[in-house]
Amino acid sequence: MNVISTVNLKHNRITLALHKVQEGTGRPLLLLHGLGEDATRMASIDVKWAGPVWALDFTGHGRSTVPKGGGYSCEILMADVDVALRHIGEATVLGRGIGAYVAFLISGARPQLVKGAVLTDGPGLAGGPVHVSSTSEIADSPRSGTAPDPWALIELSRDARPATYALTFLRLAMNGTTLDDPIAACCRVTPPWLEAINAEPGVANGMSVQEALDMYAAVN
Amino acid sequence: MSSPAETRTFPGAQAPDRTRRHNANGIELAVYEWGKESDQPLFLVHGGSDFARTMDVFAPLLAAGGWRVVSWDHRGHGASDHAALYGWDADIRDALSVMSSVTDGPAPVVGHSKGGAVMLQLCDGSPYRVSKMVNIDGMPSKRRMPDVPDHDQSRMLANEVGGWLDFRHEAAESIRKPGTLEQLAERRGRMNPRLSKEWLEYLVTVGAQHDEDGWRWTLDPSMRFGGFGPWRPEWSALRMAALPVPFLGFLGTIDEPMGWGARERDVRPWLPAGGRLEVLDGIGHFIHIEEPALVAGKVLEFLS
Repeated sequence: MNVISTVNLKHNRITLALHKVQEGTGRPLLLLHGLGEDATRMASIDVKWAGPVWALDFTGHGRSTVPKGGGYSCEILMADVDVALRHIGEATVLGRGIGAYVAFLISGARPQLVKGAVLTDGPGLAGGPVHVSSTSEIADSPRSGTAPDPWALIELSRDARPATYALTFLRLAMNGTTLDDPIAACCRVTPPWLEAINAEPGVANGMSVQEALDMYAAVN
Repeated sequence: MSSPAETRTFPGAQAPDRTRRHNANGIELAVYEWGKESDQPLFLVHGGSDFARTMDVFAPLLAAGGWRVVSWDHRGHGASDHAALYGWDADIRDALSVMSSVTDGPAPVVGHSKGGAVMLQLCDGSPYRVSKMVNIDGMPSKRRMPDVPDHDQSRMLANEVGGWLDFRHEAAESIRKPGTLEQLAERRGRMNPRLSKEWLEYLVTVGAQHDEDGWRWTLDPSMRFGGFGPWRPEWSALRMAALPVPFLGFLGTIDEPMGWGARERDVRPWLPAGGRLEVLDGIGHFIHIEEPALVAGKVLEFLS
């Protein structure tokens, strides 16, 4: 898939680049890239989807704004996705790496808008520690102003994802969705947050990415 | 034509002896100093929604004790830049950047509320930058709505998350409402009900901006405090318990809207070895503002 067109969306002081990479009819598919990647990486993914396909550049990545001074969190990336969903409407979301975690979060935050979140392996899937840790702070970035933003790489690679937090978002997804399994975990790597939700009702696993997409394409 | 900004005075309040701008990885922070530049530095860290000039009475008392007191407005607060993103790590990094502009060696830190909690984490990750720590009602509490059933907590969280996302859509356009000096003081008074009208009006003149249509608080309106997130209070408790530097904590006993609700029984089990806790009866969250001389005296004694 190649970029057909790009729309710029405002998320507070950030301009997000949302790329359309496939025309189609039906429910859109939204692609979320891994940490340090951009939408072009996701656009090259080999999947079949009848509807339009969009790929988002997260804050600090691709053609989206690289803000000064960092301050990233996965919740901010979740809000990036919410801005994209307001533009494209109800969608199925396919995320890779950190994009998988963000797809999971938004499925809990906006269960009426997300018709299935497909989680796949990639950079940033694991996140940071799930317990207290002593991380030395880095006072200065070696470079700034270019994507991928080094502060995004530093901060989002140690983003805390305790199991209880993940379970809470799964509960939110289950409470608000009409799907039997709002999450499809198609990852070989299972960091603690994913391990915590994998055995819970509402999470389908053991499927290929295409099988998961076909499952969500079949529901209204 | 705008009318000239009104000024106020307050007993004991002193403007900083020096002010400057500091570039912290692209974010311009307003830095303030009280006391002689040749004295040993002491870092004073304000809380969330606050700003450094709220220390105009407390800081000079510490400076009079022989310290070069350095404070700054956090990103999005006071006269510092509004940023695109805000986060705990970013606040710690900004703090380190300001501290490095003064000294690379260890120095004492005094933090109030969120400023105290941020310093706990800074000291845990970079203990070689802190020689002693004072925490004014910014210590962790593990209490969270024990009387709310689990399913109701889920519903509350769903509303919280949805409300936060909705807010993010409108954040870029939000601006603070202008008002008279008295109106701004009254608004702040809702969050600081124990502080005097005289003090709150003084704060307006040193912490708000005066525009054509009136005064405005400068706190970035795109920020929203509280809510949800992966952070767990017990992490701060564990960090506090393991602090490698002398520690003095203050707690008030009166709950306030901006307070953390921590109680002595919540905090005492997590004090670091040799750490001291001062519980001041009948005082609210802004202990150093309600009783500046008392708190400054205890801090100076601790630092000596």
